[in-house]
Amino acid sequence: MKNNAEHRPDPETLIRLLKKEEEKEKRGKLKIFFGMCAGVGKTYDMLKDAQVALSKGIDVVIGYIETHKRVETEALLIGLPTIPRKNIDYRGTNLEEMDLDAVISRKPQLVLVDELAHTNAPTSRHTKRYQDVQELLNNGIDVFTTLNVQHLESRAETVAQITGSIVRETVPDSIFETADEVEVIDIAPDELLKRLAEGKVYTPERSKRAIENFFRLGNLTALREMSLRITAERVDRQLREYKHSKQISETWKSGTHFIVGINQNPHSISLIRWARRTSYAMDTSWAAVFVETSQKLTAKETEQLAKNIKLAGELGAEVITTSDEDIAGALLRTAQSQNATQIFIGRPAKRKFFRSTDIVDSLLQRAYNIDIYIVGRKDEQANAPSREWLPVIQSGLPQYMVSSILIIAVAFICFPFTEIIGYRTVSMILLFAVSLLPLRLGRGPVLLSAALAALVWNYFFIPPLFTLYIKHPEDILMLGVFFIVAAVSGTLSARVRARELAVRQREMRASALYALTKDLSSAHSQEEVVKAAVSNIKKYFNSEVAIYLGDADGDMSPLLHPASSWQSDEKEHSVAAWTYWNEKKAGRNTDTLPFAQATYISMSGPRYPLGVIGIKLPPYQKLTLDQESLLDNFIAQIASAIERELLNDVAKKSIIVSESERLYKTLFNSISHELRTPISAIMGASENLLMMAQDRAISIRELYSEIHIAAERLNRLVANLLDMSRLESGMIKPKLDWCDVQDIFNQSIQGLEQENEDHFIKTDVPEEFPLVKLDFGLIEQAITNLIYNAIIHTPAGTSITVKAKIENTHTIITVADDGPGIPKDEIKKIFEKFYRIEGSVTGGTGLGLPIAKGFIEAHHGILSVKKLIPHGTEFILEIPLDLEPKSL
Amino acid sequence: MTKSPTILIIDDEAQIRRLLQLTLEPAGYSMKFAANGNDGIIMAGNERPELIILDLGLPDMEGVEVLKRIREWATVPTIILSVRSSEGDIISCLDAGADDYLIKPFRTGELLARVRTALRHRPKIHEKEIFTTNNLTVDLNLRIVKKGKDVLKLTSIEYSLLTLFVRNAGRVLTHKYILEQVWGPTFAEEAQYTRVYVGQLRKKIEDDPAKPKILITESGIGYRLNLEEN
Repeated sequence: MKNNAEHRPDPETLIRLLKKEEEKEKRGKLKIFFGMCAGVGKTYDMLKDAQVALSKGIDVVIGYIETHKRVETEALLIGLPTIPRKNIDYRGTNLEEMDLDAVISRKPQLVLVDELAHTNAPTSRHTKRYQDVQELLNNGIDVFTTLNVQHLESRAETVAQITGSIVRETVPDSIFETADEVEVIDIAPDELLKRLAEGKVYTPERSKRAIENFFRLGNLTALREMSLRITAERVDRQLREYKHSKQISETWKSGTHFIVGINQNPHSISLIRWARRTSYAMDTSWAAVFVETSQKLTAKETEQLAKNIKLAGELGAEVITTSDEDIAGALLRTAQSQNATQIFIGRPAKRKFFRSTDIVDSLLQRAYNIDIYIVGRKDEQANAPSREWLPVIQSGLPQYMVSSILIIAVAFICFPFTEIIGYRTVSMILLFAVSLLPLRLGRGPVLLSAALAALVWNYFFIPPLFTLYIKHPEDILMLGVFFIVAAVSGTLSARVRARELAVRQREMRASALYALTKDLSSAHSQEEVVKAAVSNIKKYFNSEVAIYLGDADGDMSPLLHPASSWQSDEKEHSVAAWTYWNEKKAGRNTDTLPFAQATYISMSGPRYPLGVIGIKLPPYQKLTLDQESLLDNFIAQIASAIERELLNDVAKKSIIVSESERLYKTLFNSISHELRTPISAIMGASENLLMMAQDRAISIRELYSEIHIAAERLNRLVANLLDMSRLESGMIKPKLDWCDVQDIFNQSIQGLEQENEDHFIKTDVPEEFPLVKLDFGLIEQAITNLIYNAIIHTPAGTSITVKAKIENTHTIITVADDGPGIPKDEIKKIFEKFYRIEGSVTGGTGLGLPIAKGFIEAHHGILSVKKLIPHGTEFILEIPLDLEPKSL
Repeated sequence: MTKSPTILIIDDEAQIRRLLQLTLEPAGYSMKFAANGNDGIIMAGNERPELIILDLGLPDMEGVEVLKRIREWATVPTIILSVRSSEGDIISCLDAGADDYLIKPFRTGELLARVRTALRHRPKIHEKEIFTTNNLTVDLNLRIVKKGKDVLKLTSIEYSLLTLFVRNAGRVLTHKYILEQVWGPTFAEEAQYTRVYVGQLRKKIEDDPAKPKILITESGIGYRLNLEEN
C-alpha cells in the first residue's frame, strides 16, 4: 500500500504541469536558435525558417535583426516586413531598439527578435530584451530568437573560465528551458574558423583579432561541447516531463527538494549557480534562503545581497527571507518547513573571533536527518578575510564622537577628586561609563571608548601622571585587565542590545501587521479598506501611496483612488496600468520601467487583478529585504480585504434585488387581483344584462352595452398598465419554447375578433415555416397590440397583413396596413410611453406600442416602423433565431 | 334528468360568487359556495357536486393544493379560474388533474360553454367507441378517422395524438401531459414535438388549418379538442 502511494505523482507536481500547459495555451510559442558562439549562422537559419513560414501564409514581421552586413543573411530579409526600430536618445548617443509597443499593436503571428541576451537602452521599458520577448509571448505572439551558450546565466561563469572573457549580458535559464523549441545551430570549429578567415563573419581586421582571442580552436571545441550537452539535457528533461504528464510512474521519484543558504557575500553567486546546475541535473525544486541577522550591512553589501537574491529568483529558486540571530537554526527550520532533505552552504571565510560556534559546526551538530553540503570557494581572495578585522563603520561618525566625548568628560570630572578617591576608583567609574555605552551605541564606538578609557586612565591618572609610563607593575596588570573587561563587557552588551533590537523589529513588524489587519477587518466598505491600506502603508514604510482599483469589467479604473496620498501623473498611470495587466512588479527599483517615481505592485484577484498599489519612497531610499517581505504581506492582506468587500457588495446587491423582486411580486399580484375582480364583476354582470335585455327596449340595451364597453376599456387599460409595470421592473423574462408562428398569429387575430368589426386581417406565413424559439404569450401580446393599434388608427375597410419570414439569423414578422400612415415627425415618438398622435381617435392608452417594443426587446429583438409607399405603415419585428434556451 | 347538476364555487371574492350565481343559476344549475380552500374541500365531499369552479388565489391555501386534496378521492371535473399573470399555476393545476381554465375577467358566454363541455364529456367517452365533432369522425374500435366521408391516412403518432385528444375531449391538455402520453416521460420537455404534430394533424382534420376549429391552441399552456359545434 505504501509503495503505491509513493509512486503516485504528488499533486503539486501535477498542478505545476497543468499550470504550465495552461499558460502555454494562451502564450505565443518561443523558438530559440541556439549556438556555441557568434558566426555559426543562427540569424541566417532563423531568417530561412521565417521565409518558410512566410511562404505558408503566416504573418511574419521583423522586430529586430542584426545582419552584421553579412551578404547571405541580408539576402534573406527580402519579403519580410520590418517594424521600424525605435530611436532612443540617451545622453547624446542615439541608440536603436526594438519598438515593443509597435510590434504588440501590429499583432503579427510571428516576430523575429535577434540576440535574446541584449541589454536595452536605459530608458526602455525593460532592462533586458528577453523581458520584451516575454511580453510579446504573453500577448500571444510567436517569437523566433537567437542565443549563444555563453549568455546562459548558469553557464556564464564557466564560459568566462574557459575563454577568459567575462560575459555581462546574460539570460535566465528558465527562458531557455520554457522555450517551446530549441534548434541547435552546429558547425564544426574548423569550418567556423575557415568562415572567419574568409571574412564571412566579421570584417577581415576584426576577424584576425577574434581568432587570436576568443575564437581559438580549444575554446570553440569546449563551447561546442557545452552547447550540445545543454541541448541534450533539455531533451532529456522534456522526456522526463512527458513521462510525468503521462503519469508513467516507475521512473518517478519523490522530489528531493533542497535549500541553499545565501548571504551578502559575492561568493554566493557561484553557490547559487552551482545549486541551479545541481537542481537541473537532479530535476528538483530548490529554495534560496537568506537569514537576516542584526548585523548591519554596508551599502555595497546590500547591493550584492539584492543581486544574489535576484539571481536566485531568476535561476528558478524560491527565495525565502527570514530573520534570526541563529543562522544555523533558521536554516534548519526553513529546511523542515520546506520539506527539504539537503542544505547547501558556502564555505565560511574564516572562523570569527567572537562567535562561539561556527555555522558549519552548529549545523552539523543539530541536523539529524538533513544532509549538509559545504560548497568550496573556487577562488579564495587573499584580501577577503582581512576585512573581518577592520572595524566596520556601521555606526556613524557622530556615534564615535559621542563615545569619545563621554569618556573624556567622565575623566575630566573625576580628575579634581583623584586625591580623595584614589586613581584606582577612577578606573571603576570609567569602566561603568564604558559598560553604559552599549545601551545607545554600536560595537565600534564601544570598543573605541574602551581603548580610549584605558589610554586616558593611564595618561591622566596612573602615576606618574601625564606619561604613558607606568611605575607600579600591579598597575600594568590592572590596565591590562581594565581594557579586557571594558572591551568584553562593552561587546557583550552591544550584542545583547543588537539581539534586543532584532526582537523589537520583529515585534514592530508583527504589530504593524496586526494593526493593519485590525484596521482592515473593521473597515465596512471598499472605501474604508482603501483608506486603512493607505494610512498603514504610509505609516510603516514612510512613503506616499497611490491606489488604482480594477472595475467590474476587469479593466483598471482610469482614475486614481481618491484616498491615495499623492497625485500621480499620466506617465505613472501607464506604469500602473502595465503592472495591472501583467500582474508583475514594475517601476522604481525593478527591472521594468525603472524610471518611474514609484514602485507598483499588483493585487491579484480571483478573476481579474483587484488593483495596483504604488509606493513612492523618499528620493534615494530603498526598502530593506525585511520591509519588502512585510510590504508583500501587507499587500496580500489588503488584496484579500478588498476582495472581501467586493464579494460583500455583490451579496448585498443580490439581496436587494431578490427582496425587491419579492415585494414587487406581492404588490403586483394584489393589485392585479384588486383591479380585476371588480372589472370581472362589471363585465360579467353587464354581459348577462345584455343577454337578458335582448327583447326589451333598445335604449336600455344601449345603456347596458355602454357599461360593457367601458368595462372592456378599463380592463385593457389595467392590462396595459400591469404589463408596462412588469416591463419597467425588469420582471419580464421570456419563457422560450418552440412556437408555430402561424398559431401565434391566429391567437392574436381571434383574440381581437370583438374589437375588429370592419378591418380585413390577412396572415402570410410560408409553407414549411420552421418552429422558432419564442415566448408564445409575449409575442402574441405584442402582435395583438400592433394589430389593435392598426385597427383603431386606420379607417374602416383598411386591410392589415401579418407576415413572417426568416432572414439570415433573424425571424422577421411584419404588421402592415394600407391606411393613411403616420405623420413623418410623429413617427419617432410613437414608441414613447403615453404618447398619442394629436387628432387621432380617442381610446387607447398610448401604452400598446411601448409594451410591444418592450416584449420584443426582452427577446433581444428590435421593433421598428416604416412608412409604406404610397401610403400605409409597417411595423417590423426582428428577433434573433439563436435565443438562449431557458429551462422550463 | 330529474335533478339539475350541482356546481361548487370555491372563491373568496363575494362579488365573483354573486356574478357566477347570477350567470349559472338561470342556466339551470344548482349552486354551492365555499369562500376558502378548507370549506371547499369539505363541501366537495359532502355535497358531491358534478362540477367545481376553483379560484387560484385563496386566502388559506393555494388553489393547486385544494385540487390535489380533492383529487385524492374524487374525479369531479374542475375548472380553474385565475388572473392572467398566473400562467405557471394554471399549468400545474392542469397537470394535477384540472379539466379546464378561465382567465379573469371572463366572458359569460365562454363560461357557460366551458361548463357545458366539462359536464358533458367526462363519464361517457369510454363507452362510446365512435366520436364525432365538427364533421370529423373517429372510430376508436376500427381505428378509422374520417373527414366527412373521406378516410384520412394518419401516421401512428398522429393517430395516438388524436385519440388522446378524443379520449380527453373538451379538456385542456398541457404540452407536458401530451408529450408524456404520446412520446413517453423522457420527452416531457420537448414541446416542439407537439407543435409539429399538431400542425400536421390540423392540416388533415381541419377545414382551414389557419383557423382551427377542432384542435384549439391555449396560449402558453397546451391544446384542447373543441366539443362545441360551430
